[in-house]
Amino acid sequence: MATQDEQDPRISKISSAIRVIPNFPKPGIMFQDITTLLLDTKAFRDTIDLFVERYRGKDISVVAGIEARGFIFGPPIALAIGAKFVPMRKPNKLPGEVISEEYSLEYGTDKMEMHVGAVQAGERALIIDDLIATGGTLCAAIRLLERVGVHVVECACVIELPELKGRERLGDKPLFVLVSST
Amino acid sequence: MVEMFAAENGLKGDPRLQAISNAIRVVPHFPKQGIMFQDITTLLLDHKAFKHTVDIFVDRYKDMDISVVAGVEARGFMFGPSIALAIGAKFVPLRKPKKLPGEVIAEAYELEYGRDCLEMHVGAVEAGERAIVIDDLVATGGTLSAAIRLLERVGAQVVECGCVIGLREVKGQLRLNGKPLYILVEPREIDGC
Repeated sequence: MATQDEQDPRISKISSAIRVIPNFPKPGIMFQDITTLLLDTKAFRDTIDLFVERYRGKDISVVAGIEARGFIFGPPIALAIGAKFVPMRKPNKLPGEVISEEYSLEYGTDKMEMHVGAVQAGERALIIDDLIATGGTLCAAIRLLERVGVHVVECACVIELPELKGRERLGDKPLFVLVSST
Repeated sequence: MVEMFAAENGLKGDPRLQAISNAIRVVPHFPKQGIMFQDITTLLLDHKAFKHTVDIFVDRYKDMDISVVAGVEARGFMFGPSIALAIGAKFVPLRKPKKLPGEVIAEAYELEYGRDCLEMHVGAVEAGERAIVIDDLVATGGTLSAAIRLLERVGAQVVECGCVIGLREVKGQLRLNGKPLYILVEPREIDGC
């Protein structure tokens, strides 16, 4: 199952803690703002617990989080399940040797980087971000990890925007989300 | 002197501090020549040492009636939320310009060359709340003092700033408006290998 089957009772509080900001960053976009979730101590705790309950004991040794909001959710999950946290960053932020993966934006391209040596071939990984829209960023993260021989077990996001078809773009990679926003 | 190093403030000889220090990687000449960059990503790969880092801050702050943990983008995001969750506080991200949607307040601060700006959401923090500011490293204190100013502008009380790494202050250089600063470890030097 890609989302919660019967809705866990914690989900509705999580959903209502998320604030929608119209026309950000540009007209027509209804921005899903998770910062209000972070202000609700119980809902933030529940968010992390829901991911931890799903992934604990599944032999996952890597939690990769996408800059920057993936850095908020990823580390608490990693700490709770005993995994490493690996930041996937915008260009030129990570010091030392990196590998990079280019991906498409609506207009133009961007690049995502990961440290060489952060992960080992054969490790089992999750990728965390606050939201999946088109899936472009998550796909770049999947490619980076797979290039070094890591098995991406699942992508996990707080929010999915199903109309943007990110789930299809992930192909055979499973996606787990807490809240689906139409 | 406002800085408190953990080893001199209750955690003398604590083996966790050595483990944390050992897990930090020094990358020479990043982002430019002459800078010995203290890379905490290797600490995040060491689950035990990462957990020790969070635990030490949690033990310190859990009984101080802190309701706000503010974390500075982006590496403050890697430590702040775990601390906030454990002590039952809100996490408030302090971000570079134009990242936060909705209404924000902004505070400018000096860089070595030029200026930058830190933003916080209006309404995230209420007057009278007790806050800590978390970042991975403190150098001049410019970013931390902008963070303190943001919180104080909305009437919050900044109790302390907490950083994983910090230098012993060069006299008069650190600008934290008199706020206490708690630091786990000093910067690593590059060794022969």
